[in-house]
Amino acid sequence: MTAALFVGLYLAAVLYIGVFAFRRGGADQSAENFFLAGRSIGGFVFLFSLFGTHMTAFAILGSSGHAFSNGIVTYGLMASSSALVVPLLLLTLGTRLWSAGRRFGHLTPVQIFRDRWECNHTGTVIFLLQAALLLPYILIGMIGGGTVLRTLSGGMIPYWAGSGLVAVVIMSYVIFGGMRGTAWVNTFQTLLFLTFGAVAVVVIGRGMGGFEQAVSSMLADPSLAGLLTRERVPPSVFFSYAFLPLSAIAFPHVSIFCMTARRMRQFKWTVILYPVCILLIWLPCVFLGVTANSAREIPRIRDKQAARALLASPEGRLPPEALAQSRAQASGDDVLVVLLDHFAPAWLAGLLGAGIMAAVMASDSQILALSTMFTEDIFAWYGHAERYGARAQIATGRLFVFAVTATAYLIALRVPAGIFELAGQYAFAGFSALTPLFVGALYWRGSTKYGALASVVWVMAAVAGIAWFQAATPASKGPPAAYFSLGELALLQRTATGTAIAGYLPVLPMTLISALLFWLVSLVTPKPSKATVERYFGPG
Amino acid sequence: MDARSVILAACTLILFALHQDFWNWRTVYPLVFGFLPIGLAYHAAYTLAAAAWLAVLVKWAWPAHLEEDRQRGPEA
Repeated sequence: MTAALFVGLYLAAVLYIGVFAFRRGGADQSAENFFLAGRSIGGFVFLFSLFGTHMTAFAILGSSGHAFSNGIVTYGLMASSSALVVPLLLLTLGTRLWSAGRRFGHLTPVQIFRDRWECNHTGTVIFLLQAALLLPYILIGMIGGGTVLRTLSGGMIPYWAGSGLVAVVIMSYVIFGGMRGTAWVNTFQTLLFLTFGAVAVVVIGRGMGGFEQAVSSMLADPSLAGLLTRERVPPSVFFSYAFLPLSAIAFPHVSIFCMTARRMRQFKWTVILYPVCILLIWLPCVFLGVTANSAREIPRIRDKQAARALLASPEGRLPPEALAQSRAQASGDDVLVVLLDHFAPAWLAGLLGAGIMAAVMASDSQILALSTMFTEDIFAWYGHAERYGARAQIATGRLFVFAVTATAYLIALRVPAGIFELAGQYAFAGFSALTPLFVGALYWRGSTKYGALASVVWVMAAVAGIAWFQAATPASKGPPAAYFSLGELALLQRTATGTAIAGYLPVLPMTLISALLFWLVSLVTPKPSKATVERYFGPG
Repeated sequence: MDARSVILAACTLILFALHQDFWNWRTVYPLVFGFLPIGLAYHAAYTLAAAAWLAVLVKWAWPAHLEEDRQRGPEA
């Protein structure tokens, strides 16, 4: 219950930040002020808010859970590749988005695409795809909030009340504070994550009798020693994962946030310090997740390991219900909470619980981004802003935030989380495959709206195709099951956690084919006018 | 593309390739600081190397021509 009290205090703090941001916003009722904080975000907030916006619940709960099951490979799969690729994208594409937004008054990437390629409905199609790929993340955040609050309160706060409370708090500070409130809350959350990681490492490390002891006991057990290497993940899958961070710049909440910086030089320290932030958050989470396997004195850890052994055993097939139950039990997503429950005093576990809550409440920037896109790319684009004025546009944005949050809450109450986790998994690949559009629009004079449309249609078809394939075929227990082969090469496989194309994750072929289509179709289709191209690239 | 850009791009590609440290795949040793398996320590060091290399890129490949450092009201 102590944990629930700390979480309550945390929720009150973020609500206050939202209201304070609303008052700080002053009388300026422009869309730029509400949706982009008047393009006035300073260096400190820009770094921590951008990092918090991109690193969602997965950074703390998901990473330690993945590491618990798969070992140290988690860090190389998801953290160190992002440490290079994401800041590179910010340096090469983020600065250009900032510049285009500043020069031409754009608030969203779709506005840039429409202007750059002189298109109308292609922009609408891009909006629809981005919105569809973003929705699962919003839902996962809502579901995570309710689940964590229920766990931290020992079941005293039911799921419906927990996720409802999270929905109301997020809705309030996004509606009142707009981008300014969301950026400040994200900064506060990121600082909490960082503090959380440091304190959790010290407390849990001491509780385990030191990390040397924990690692030695794992090395002495053949069933656990492999978790200290990367033998559980094939090199081809490891390589594929290096393409997933490409998604960062195509996430609407990241690309829109790039346009909020007051000056372009604010990107400098963000680019340099982004990997350091990744190290500070991910290394403790991954290492704690792996070494949790040595804490066999905790019954819940033993239960998870038993379920994992059952899933890995080659003999026999489990019925679907038993398979799902074993997967849920083997999941390590709550492993940090379990370690804190066992090793930290109640008051400290409560304080750290607020940190975990901060991690799962990352839906705010995504909801605001969706609202910005709707009001700018649909409401304003189709003439309503001119007809009804800027105040109506902001009111529409606020109403949209309310509608999206309320709808997400109602869906979260009725549909199991697994469905959205699956959708979220391929949304990452979808966003990665959209990155060639950003490169083309901002670097290539010869890119065209037809090339962009071909790429977008391909991404839509690929995401839908993979979702259908995974829904139609049962997850493989043990080695991947081949569904389509060419000689010795298994082209299409269903794995325990997803799909493999010629041994690689779908993100790799999706991104390469998207780039190829964009290039080929742009080569043979009419270009935008010379005047438009020169506005972006100068005479050439 | 001038010579400096080519060198910077090539070094970035090499750093990207160094992410695939297949030689550490199946080994735990050496344990860095006595508890960090080499496969994890390598990637922690890789992260810091990325930060250092990004500092070089910010210094030598900064797109200064895009900057329009106009004052636009108070900082948020």
